[in-house]
Parts: sequence; structure tokens; C-alpha cells
Amino acid sequence: MRVTAEQRFAVRLELNGRTREGLAEPRTQLCDFLRHDLGATGVHVGCEHGVCGACTVLVDGVAMRSCLMLAVQAHERRIETVESLADDDTLSDLQQAFRRNHALQCGFCTAGILMSCVDFLERQPDPSEAEVRDMLSGHLCRCTGYTGIVQAVLEVAAQRQTNEEV
Amino acid sequence: MKPAAFDYVRAESRRQVLELLAEYGQEARIIAGGQSLMAVLNMRLAQPKLLIDINQVDELAYIELRKDCLAVGAAVRQAQLLARPTLADEVPLLALAMPWIGHFQTRNRGTVCGSVAHADPSAELPLSLVTLGGEIVLESIKGKRVIKAAEFFQGILTTDKRADELVVEVRFPLKREGIIYRFQEIAMRHGDFAIVSLAACIGLDEVRLGVGGVADRPVMCSLPRGAALPDALNETAWSLDAQDDVHASAAYRRQLVRELGHRLIEGV
Repeated sequence: MRVTAEQRFAVRLELNGRTREGLAEPRTQLCDFLRHDLGATGVHVGCEHGVCGACTVLVDGVAMRSCLMLAVQAHERRIETVESLADDDTLSDLQQAFRRNHALQCGFCTAGILMSCVDFLERQPDPSEAEVRDMLSGHLCRCTGYTGIVQAVLEVAAQRQTNEEV
Repeated sequence: MKPAAFDYVRAESRRQVLELLAEYGQEARIIAGGQSLMAVLNMRLAQPKLLIDINQVDELAYIELRKDCLAVGAAVRQAQLLARPTLADEVPLLALAMPWIGHFQTRNRGTVCGSVAHADPSAELPLSLVTLGGEIVLESIKGKRVIKAAEFFQGILTTDKRADELVVEVRFPLKREGIIYRFQEIAMRHGDFAIVSLAACIGLDEVRLGVGGVADRPVMCSLPRGAALPDALNETAWSLDAQDDVHASAAYRRQLVRELGHRLIEGV
């Protein structure tokens, strides 16, 4: 597949369970494509060089920076954004725990952190506080001081473990 | 910022990558994980004419255990190598150093060879490769050549790689009996660029100490053990031409090499 700088390529991907298509120049970042062309404005764009983590989405189930990926690279991939988490009007257990623990204030970084947590908890269902903090080192939050976020993640992990045992 | 315009090719084979590199040379850039290159493109520090994407080149996505090394192909992600269950037995230093690379989220996409090709002086993989005495395999349409890590890294983001060459593989020497491997790093916060990073292969009489983040490239020095170590570390610290920057002074960097180096080697 070759796309010249002036061309726009028809990127087809699965976004939050639905097949979507849009046109993207080779240089279009995935985060901008998701926001501007597909309307997934839950993707927040912060630093645009991979430091802040606000734009983190799942690509084929794996947490990645959408500012460090091109839209054309997401062709025929499965993308999940924060919009995929809540079931209609009911927040996911992770989102509810964030709310209970004051794990957000302005909320700008939250969408990315939630998506990291989805992947992280899948791989580490019973993490230690140190492991949670290590995962969170990939995100910048300037409101909370991280304490509430750590609590929320640990609480959800414990909750899920209990539910499984029942 | 947004990248300047470029042509994009999603390569399907190694051959195709090499042919494009032969045709475009310096005007082309390889993108694998893109965890360094995309930032560089976004800030327009690089404005290539052509971006060659090697993410779909399956023949480059291999990790192979050979007689004397662990060979890692150009499309292998850092997370993939780190998750290898036998890594700590095969190349213990990598198992220690790799958790320090960026973050969980960037290791998920960043590649092993990409980090080596990018050649950031504070990066963990180049440092590990130099400390272990590893090799880099470069290939162009004219053929392959294998180069020692110590000769490959030539300065800040500068390597011996020619414009028509691809880093197709890196080779990490396997664990040696009787050697203790250690890794330590100081950064503003975990995952940030290292102010100083140290990798050590510790034998009974001698130590190979790799230092990252101080000189313009990762540097390996042989040091004695015992009473002669502090003086040797001091000499090493001064030999690296440490620079002041916003994160730390040159004096602090030298002090870290001396103090952290001593603790790392003597295990205190």
C-alpha cells in the first residue's frame, strides 16, 4: 500500500465495535483522525509527543499513544476509546471507582488513564500499588496527585477478584 | 504540532524495504514503533519525503535463541521481548533494564531495533547492547554487515548506519556463568530520560560497567574490583565529558557515576 503526500487514503477500522471509515492524509495522527473525522472526542490530545498519555487508546486491545501513530497505520485495526467503557447510562466499574475515589478533577487526563487501566488490569488482575504506580508513570495528571487514581484502580481490582470468587 | 507532509508506504517484505531505501536514501525514514520518530516528526525536527512502515513485515518479527546470542528482528516490540518467559535466564541484563524503558504504554508499541537505530545516549537498549558486547546487523540491497555495538553508536542520535541500510536485527550475548548482572538508573521520574543509567556485568576480579546518559553515546569501561575501584570509577566519571543540562549538572552526573557505580558493583 502506497499513499502519496497529497492523497487521502480511505482508512477503515473498527471503532468501539462499529466499522467506521474516513479519509486521512499519510501525515494525519490517529488521535486527530479519531476526533475530527470519526467524532471520538473522548480522545484527548495533550502534548503530541508521547509524554502526557492523555491520548491513550486501545489498538487491538493494547494501550498505545494515539498521537504517536498515524491514522493510516490503524487501517483494518480494532480501536477502543473511552466512549466504549460505559454501557448506555451506566458507568463501568472502573469509571465508578474513579468517581468514588475522586480520581479526577478536571478530567483531561482521565480518558487516557482509563484506557491504560483497561489493558493493565486485563494483564495484571491483582496488581500491587507499586505496579499501579509504574503503569501510571505513563500519564501526567496535574490535579489529583495520583493518590485517588491508585486507590480507584486497586479498589476495582479487589472488587473484580471478589466477584470472581462468588 | 503536526508532521510535515510525506509519502507513506506500508511495506510487505524486507526486500521491498531495502529497495525503497536504495531509491530514496536520506529522504526516507523507517517507521517501526514510532515512539521516538513520531515525536520527532510531530515537532518537524525531521521532514522525510517518504515514510516506510515495517510493522507488517512479518519476516522481521522474530526472536531467535541461537548458540551464543538472542537475536531480535526489526519488527519485535519491546513489550513482546520483555514478556518472554525465559528472558531472565537467557539475557538477565535485559530483564533488569527493559522495565526502565519509557512506560508500559510506549513499550507496547516501541520496538527493540527502533530504539537501537534511534541511538538516544540515555536509552536503555543501546546501553545494554554496548555493555554486553552485542552486535547489530545492517542490511542494504547490496548485502548484510554485522557491526559491534561499541562501533555502531557514534554520538547523539548518530550511528554507523548508512542511509540505504536497515537495522534488521540486534544480537544480545547470552548469560555467562559466574557473572552477576545489575542495572540502575536515576531519572526525574520513572520512564523519563535517564540522567545517569548504569549496567554492570560483575565478575570476581573484573567488572564491565556501561554508562548511559552522560557521554554522547553509551560507553562501556572495564573496572577492577576491590580497593582500586573508587579511583577507577572517578577516572571513568571524568573521562565521559559530562555536560550540564536542565535536568542535572555535569558534577552531579559524575557524582552519580562514582557513587551509584560503587553501590551497584559492590551490591550495597
